[in-house]
Amino acid sequence: MARTLETAGAWLLAILWVLPLAYAFWAAFHPAEFSTNFVLTAPVTLDNFASAWNAAPFARYFVNTILLVTLILAAQLVLCTLAAYAFARYEFPGRDVAFALVLVQLMVMPDVLIVENYRTMSQLGILDSVLAIGLPYMASAFGVFLMRQTFKQVPKELDDAARVEGASALQVLWKVYVPLAVPTYIAYGLVSISYHWNNFLWPIIVTNTVNARPLTVGLQVFSSTDQGIDWSIVCAATLMTSAPLLVAFLLFQRQFVQSFMRAGIR
Amino acid sequence: MNRTAAQVHGWLLLLPAAVLLAAFTHYPAFATLWHSFFTTAKPTRPAAFVGLDNYRAMFDDPVFWQSLANNFWFALGTIPASIGLALLMAVWVNGKLHGRAFLRMAYFTPTVLPMIAVANIWLFFYTPQYGLLEQITALFGLPNHNWLGSQSTALACLTVVAIWKEAGFFMIFYLAALQAVPPNLYEAARIEGASRWTMFRRITFPLLMPTTLFVLVNAVINSFRLVDHIVVMTRGGPDNATSLLLYYIYEVGFKFWDSAYAAALTMALLLILGTAAVIQFGVLERRIHYR
Repeated sequence: MARTLETAGAWLLAILWVLPLAYAFWAAFHPAEFSTNFVLTAPVTLDNFASAWNAAPFARYFVNTILLVTLILAAQLVLCTLAAYAFARYEFPGRDVAFALVLVQLMVMPDVLIVENYRTMSQLGILDSVLAIGLPYMASAFGVFLMRQTFKQVPKELDDAARVEGASALQVLWKVYVPLAVPTYIAYGLVSISYHWNNFLWPIIVTNTVNARPLTVGLQVFSSTDQGIDWSIVCAATLMTSAPLLVAFLLFQRQFVQSFMRAGIR
Repeated sequence: MNRTAAQVHGWLLLLPAAVLLAAFTHYPAFATLWHSFFTTAKPTRPAAFVGLDNYRAMFDDPVFWQSLANNFWFALGTIPASIGLALLMAVWVNGKLHGRAFLRMAYFTPTVLPMIAVANIWLFFYTPQYGLLEQITALFGLPNHNWLGSQSTALACLTVVAIWKEAGFFMIFYLAALQAVPPNLYEAARIEGASRWTMFRRITFPLLMPTTLFVLVNAVINSFRLVDHIVVMTRGGPDNATSLLLYYIYEVGFKFWDSAYAAALTMALLLILGTAAVIQFGVLERRIHYR
């Protein structure tokens, strides 16, 4: 009895949780007159996607977002790997202070330093570029922390053995540490991609033309019209912008959940 | 390898990340403090030192206090609810219920969707007259209500969206912690004839305490960082009823272009986050003692 009740509760909550997405699918695939009228015989159409695609330069937004996410992740992987290796395996004066200074970013995230970072981008003359959106996030305290934890678990003997054979510091890092940290890289990569694909406030601040704007900023066009919103088109645009992440999530559900788990537990 | 060479190598490896961190985290934090003592530079007039004037203006600014109060209620609304739901979800998904895989996917999906995108959908739910919520309340014969347009309900509506977005994310951490609880503890309790509720209260919940503290700190940070949905759904309105601190900073800095006052406001936010940081370090200390 109690078990049945629990199952019912769990399912009820799950249905509530998927309701917004379910509605988006309904509205996006049916003509506008059915967006608030739920009849099973409503005809299915793809017109809303076509209208949404034409209402804003989505192709450009997609390119910008993919560029942005790739640029940030590539920079993060390189910078965080090097820094984490230094913290995990080197003794140098000021190491502990430096590490504490890195961790400051976990609390004081670039998301809240928008005013001064905007000033910096303006002084560098790179406002309205993908680089400006990405720069504040490239050195990630979270990434350094995560990779340092992983590197510390690598047996020191492997490191010593490689060095005895004459490998340089970077060769050791590349041949010994990086291969052993692949699961951490995947976990970090998924978290980073979904964070920056979805980021909105900073991109809307530093960009002002279509040249650099990512999808999230482009999507805002639809809700900012004052004369009546066409819900079918909004939903189509919403699904379109989230589709790559959503499809990736549905295909690699287990990896996604485990990545978020691995990245969160330190 | 000799010691000096190792020290130099260590610093060289750290250097690229350190430069970027200093440029976009440490420098702006200090620059915020510095600029908060000046007026905003205008094309006709450079920035002038004004001491604590911006802070005085802040203390006299009703919108600042309202944003702070709103943020307090938003935090109080989202944090306990999202953590409670996350724990419930994790216990359910970890149990032997039917369709666990679907449940887990359903709970977690909001985490991977862009806030800005889902805010659009929620906007429709709350739309007056023909929105989904209105259609449901109409079935019960309730009068029309403009959910996002009235001061009494707008903030609560945004709080619900934040809970919906976050609960599944926090569930993940509880799920991982639950899977690490040794099963023999439950077996022992079962032999003693303990009920499921007793087992949860006496075994599961205490063992999850470090996770709860970790999730709590994250929830606090997020309640001061999450403003994307405000831009889409209410823009701080009606009459500042949904303006949160970071959203107000965004408005002052990039709508009114008063960067000096925005700097003073940012200092208030940094003070709050700094306090959270001090608490987290205390928490981390304690977590180490658990092991």
